[in-house]
Amino acid sequence: MLNALQHMGHRALGMFERLGRSALFFLQVLISLPSVFLRPRLLIQEIYSVGTLSLLIIMVSGSFVGMVLGLQGYVTLAKFGAAESLGVVVALSLVRELGPVVTALLFAGRAGSALTAEIGLMKATEQLSGMEMMAVDPMKRVIAPRFLAGAFSMPLLVTTFIAVGVLGGYFVGVGLLGIDSGAYWSQIQSKVDFYDDIYNGLIKGVVFGIVVTWIAVFEGYDTVPTSEGVSRSTTRTVVNSSLAVLALDFVLTGLMFGI
Amino acid sequence: MGPSGTGKTTLLKLIGGQLRPEKGVIRVDGLDVHRLSRKELYALRKRMGMLFQTGALLTDLSVFENVAFPYREHTKLPENMIRDLVLMKLEAVGLRTARNLMPSELSGGMARRVALARAMALDPMMIMYDEPFTGLDPITLGHIVDLIRRLNDALGLTSILVSHDVEETLSIADFAYVIAEGKVADSGTPKTLAESSNTWVRQFLEGQTDKAEQLSERAKDYLDDLMGEKRA
Repeated sequence: MLNALQHMGHRALGMFERLGRSALFFLQVLISLPSVFLRPRLLIQEIYSVGTLSLLIIMVSGSFVGMVLGLQGYVTLAKFGAAESLGVVVALSLVRELGPVVTALLFAGRAGSALTAEIGLMKATEQLSGMEMMAVDPMKRVIAPRFLAGAFSMPLLVTTFIAVGVLGGYFVGVGLLGIDSGAYWSQIQSKVDFYDDIYNGLIKGVVFGIVVTWIAVFEGYDTVPTSEGVSRSTTRTVVNSSLAVLALDFVLTGLMFGI
Repeated sequence: MGPSGTGKTTLLKLIGGQLRPEKGVIRVDGLDVHRLSRKELYALRKRMGMLFQTGALLTDLSVFENVAFPYREHTKLPENMIRDLVLMKLEAVGLRTARNLMPSELSGGMARRVALARAMALDPMMIMYDEPFTGLDPITLGHIVDLIRRLNDALGLTSILVSHDVEETLSIADFAYVIAEGKVADSGTPKTLAESSNTWVRQFLEGQTDKAEQLSERAKDYLDDLMGEKRA
């Protein structure tokens, strides 16, 4: 019994210590950020590997999510004779919730895990140490550009996801189920508010981008430098950032609707 | 020199300022490494090269780019000059023709030579070698031993070499320390070390196994161990 308590306490202390370290790490990253702008090529390279390479999965998922929304929305709306409003249902669900959240979850799995594994392996093979000994700060050379690339790419990916999703809903609603094309678009145009919906959705995208990338680079940098350590860190990145995204989504939504 | 696990690599990391000592002072070229500001430490590191046991090459860059890395990070030299400098460093380690290979395509010995070329890039005053002889075939080993000595003499370097390969190390060392359990057991030129008064040091240098009496003493523990008796 006492042992179990002690064990729990130990685990909790360890968790708080990690939280503290990750906060300090975040500060260090922020301090190192200005140096990235002196080396735009590094940043562009990372945006390519973190953002551009995630585009395909984001677009494919976006189109399927949009198509499912089109189907589900149509079935429900048709019961009330409101099938014409399908455009709003699809667009609002995507802009407010599904766009940022699903993109963030996919981003954590696709780009976050890759970032953790890459940085973790660099640590395990002494590449980070080697840089330090060459008087190159890994924080500035490795971590900061990757962090910035992730935080920058996420809102763009969210936007892409939403756009493709709306098109997917259009394809199902207008193309397959025979809703009027003009109604689909005009409903979206009149009912989706720029500030309440799009702006807030993008804020979520930015916040999720920062959080997921932060977790990914921290887990990589903090990894136990063995193959097992890297694999555990990669798992932790995906699990922790998914949980963080879902929990933060609740908090942000609450704040945005003023509850 | 010293057996595995006595803190040889730790010592190099202390000198490079990657670890902090609990007590004591480490001076490099008159500077107390652990009292320097971050900026001063980085300036000092530009004057030190370090060769890691694994090479620590950047795996996403080619051999050429790995050696060019310090120039690109620390200088604003034009591209054609970087090219010349990199080729000179690679030629010095005999790998000019391997410049387009990726680190994953190199053998252990080649990777170490590339890392050596990179460590020399900024013309440091000293190079630290962490176990440069481990895991090499005899021919490559001979090359590396020879290379370290020649570079040291040709470039007027200070070389600090950490190793447990007695024969190779003593063949090129001017002065050696033998470390055991975190303490210096003996020091001197290779010649004086061979006549060390410390029996353990001679045993280490000559590669003898533990004496028979020590073995039998351990055997008793072993028996207890096997019988599952708990000792207080």
